[in-house]
Amino acid sequence: MTTRKITVNVNGTPREGEVEPRLLLVHFLREDLSMTGTHIGCDTTSCGACTVLLDGKAIKSCTAFAVQADGREVMTVEGLEKDGKLDRIQEGFHQEHGLQCGFCTPGMMMTTYALLKNNPSPSEHDIRWGISGNLCRCTGYVNIVKAIQYAAQKPAE
Amino acid sequence: MSSTTPRTSPEVGGMGHSIKRKEDARFLRGQGKFVDDVKLPGMLYLDIVRSPYAHAKITKIDTSKAMAIPGVLAVVTGELLKQYNLHWMPTLMSDTQMVLPVEKVMHQGQEVAAVLATSRYIAADGVQAVEVDYEPLPVVVDPFKALEPGATVLRTDKEGKTDNHIWHWEAGDKAGTEQAFAQAEVTVKQDIYIPRINVASIETCGCVAHFNKTDGKLTVWMTTQAPHAIRTVFALVAGHVGLSEEKIRIISPDIGGGFGGKVPVYPGYVIAVAASVLTGAPVKWIEDRIENLQASSFARDYHITAELAGKKDGTMQALRFKTIADHGYTDAAANPSKFPAGLFHIATGSYDFQHAFMEVDAAYTNKPPGGIAYRCSFRVTEAVHAIERMVDIFAKDIGMDPADLRKKNFIKPDQFPYKSQFGFEYDSGNYIGALDLAMKRIGYDDLRKEQAEKRAKGELMGIGISSFTEIVGAGPSKHYDILGIKMFDSCELRIHPTGKAIARFGTKSQGQGHETTYAQIIAEELGIPAEHIAVEEGDTDTAPYGLGTYASRSTPVAGAAGAMAARKVRDKARKIAAYLLEVAEEDLDWEPGKFFVKGSPSKSKTIQECAFAAYTNNPPGMEPGLEAVNYYDPPNLTYPFGSYICVVDIDKGTGQVKVRRFVAVDDCGNIINPMIVDGQIHGGLAMGLAPALYEEINYDADGNIQGGSLMDYLVPTSMETPSWETDKTCTPSPHHPIGAKGVGESATVGAPPAIANAVVDALWHLGVRHIDIPITPPKVWALLKEKGVAE
Ligand code: FES
Ligand code: FES
Repeated sequence: MTTRKITVNVNGTPREGEVEPRLLLVHFLREDLSMTGTHIGCDTTSCGACTVLLDGKAIKSCTAFAVQADGREVMTVEGLEKDGKLDRIQEGFHQEHGLQCGFCTPGMMMTTYALLKNNPSPSEHDIRWGISGNLCRCTGYVNIVKAIQYAAQKPAE
Repeated sequence: MSSTTPRTSPEVGGMGHSIKRKEDARFLRGQGKFVDDVKLPGMLYLDIVRSPYAHAKITKIDTSKAMAIPGVLAVVTGELLKQYNLHWMPTLMSDTQMVLPVEKVMHQGQEVAAVLATSRYIAADGVQAVEVDYEPLPVVVDPFKALEPGATVLRTDKEGKTDNHIWHWEAGDKAGTEQAFAQAEVTVKQDIYIPRINVASIETCGCVAHFNKTDGKLTVWMTTQAPHAIRTVFALVAGHVGLSEEKIRIISPDIGGGFGGKVPVYPGYVIAVAASVLTGAPVKWIEDRIENLQASSFARDYHITAELAGKKDGTMQALRFKTIADHGYTDAAANPSKFPAGLFHIATGSYDFQHAFMEVDAAYTNKPPGGIAYRCSFRVTEAVHAIERMVDIFAKDIGMDPADLRKKNFIKPDQFPYKSQFGFEYDSGNYIGALDLAMKRIGYDDLRKEQAEKRAKGELMGIGISSFTEIVGAGPSKHYDILGIKMFDSCELRIHPTGKAIARFGTKSQGQGHETTYAQIIAEELGIPAEHIAVEEGDTDTAPYGLGTYASRSTPVAGAAGAMAARKVRDKARKIAAYLLEVAEEDLDWEPGKFFVKGSPSKSKTIQECAFAAYTNNPPGMEPGLEAVNYYDPPNLTYPFGSYICVVDIDKGTGQVKVRRFVAVDDCGNIINPMIVDGQIHGGLAMGLAPALYEEINYDADGNIQGGSLMDYLVPTSMETPSWETDKTCTPSPHHPIGAKGVGESATVGAPPAIANAVVDALWHLGVRHIDIPITPPKVWALLKEKGVAE
């Protein structure tokens, strides 16, 4: 199969790849770049475990081709911590016990990142609606909501 | 009652402290190590060809087109595995399951062949290119029809098998129960179906198998809740092809949720292992979600006919269940071997019955195998749902408030230890205490008034109670084993010279937070700060043997092993302290962290000083070092309990049930980490809500799965899930070293009947006696229409 050369800016670093057009963005991140923080939980765009930001917008990276990210910016969970300091969202999830198995967590945090960017002081309903594309099987969501409220109360870096 | 005030300081972080989780550090940074994150040089990928038919003869498998694809290395078939006698494998219930078929398929989605390729994408291409010819056979989906005379016999592989009956199991006193029913003033009877569901952990199942041809060692990273048992099963099954147990290493890395779905051995694991042994290359197999929902082990699928007998004054006297269990084409449940229906006989629940009897008959059908748990101890959810529904129906039939009826019939606090009619010895309980607290928290009396007002206006509001008794912590070796291996668990604890520690356990966390809570147990016993106690699990080369994490057994069994190992260490440390202080052991007192001389507290030795001395200045004649191992064989099971109350409003236009409030009062004995316990309860409640209102996997008459993807199988999102309100009472387990009972599954067990009871409560006056879960809008709307109140 023919391949295409792409350059994707991932967490601030240009990353090159020689990819099949059918390669999913999530596989490009996980397999080609060995950035395994972004997870895969389904095949129907339902779970959100694969959520990343593409040019600042939360997308499900299982439902985008790597070639669609060519020349664009992708932010993943690995890009949240800056200079050894956890992002306020990571801090919130830790403080409020917003994660258990941790499998949904990267996607959940990336969705939160986009949510708080668009809506810095969301109501509980805004939060619940905002993360409703991300499934969590462990937490029953209560502490995820609290984690996001915690983060919203802190200034963004 | 024990206090929930911690005995240790926050710096030590023993029991009762909500210390933040240690494991978060890696997960928050995307550095968890899940199976699909394992990448080895030269790794190959396996993908599976699956059957579109529920029952069909395989007449031909043509692999030529697949093999022509560059990068496809092999197509593994049943015929190939048969050469090594690996085409069938035993299940944990001593039934047999196909790894790959040589003759026929028995359910839709069954593994038919496997493609080995150099990449995930090429393996998937290969799967598309394998051509299989099938000859469809008659399909049996209904377990009742499966058991009728003349039904198509499914297990033709079993010599002499002339029907689809798997086993019959019964418990209790049949004659006494019959007599009680014959003489009862009131009897109620209800058919209750608990449908097939799937745990749908967000991480699916998978493995990376690596057989090293040079040293003959097989390492398998695997999504398993029970790595040690898996190692032994592999050794028993594949011993004849040269895999002996010391050469098998199972690593259960970070697990993205288990809930029971990662206990069984799936064909994909075995095929990956076989492929690695044959090629010498590492082989990765990762199930996708549709495969997970369609072919991994299901839970439940119990058809229960329940009967309850009692007096008009509300005294409940006798209980009788007759159940048909649909096991799919093989019994691949994961119950203790002496209990094919698990602990279903916890069915008398929180009530003091005089007579009880139950029987279960299991049937083969053309469905995937299973009968595993869905975040519950063995078949306990089925039992609790049935008893809690029956109690409500009985209450309504005699015109008594369901809360009053429960209180009248509860086992009273002074009756513990209580022997149930089915022979369990309940360790401790205070059922009235939990129900009273739940009623107070939710404002029960006011809600009843509000309901009456709403009903007068034609609005549909319901209040549902569930006062459940759980049964966890399997279990005492006398009764509990899996494939003969006793259900103990273990801890190996090592104190380093500087007074820090490492503890390894036979269990495996899948999100429960063992790295934190186990450290807290040891911190409680030794006074070493939890932050300096490393906890490891899941690697069979390093961890002590244990049966794993499921059925809420980690705290009751492995947690106890941790406490007992720590006590052994303390006993040795006491000898060292006595030597250092030049006093007799009896002259020493202990407080968490140090020994001191009775009456002169300034003369003391800390646990750290004792640890250092164990390596540098040990008493003459004493072995150096400070470590201990405990294999804990629990004297009894533990019996967590709780009372849940749910308020629902029903939309007459859509039939939608809205959970307005949900109060959960749990009693899991002494609590290690309140924050983690609450998290467990929240998650359990969400997994109780799910089957109550949303999730079901069913089949059409041809055995086609309905609900085999996350588009149809409705895992609740943050929008459907209410904001849970939780509270606690605390009745410690008298036989457990730290008085804990286990909590991971209580809420999943207790929540569904609270919700179902609330919905029926809202509709009872219209003549609705029962609705099977999941209580979906179409079901409710059809009832509203039938009763003439739909809008
Ligand atoms: S993997 Fe489930 S939405 Fe992307
Ligand atoms: S923490 Fe396990 S799925 Fe969300």
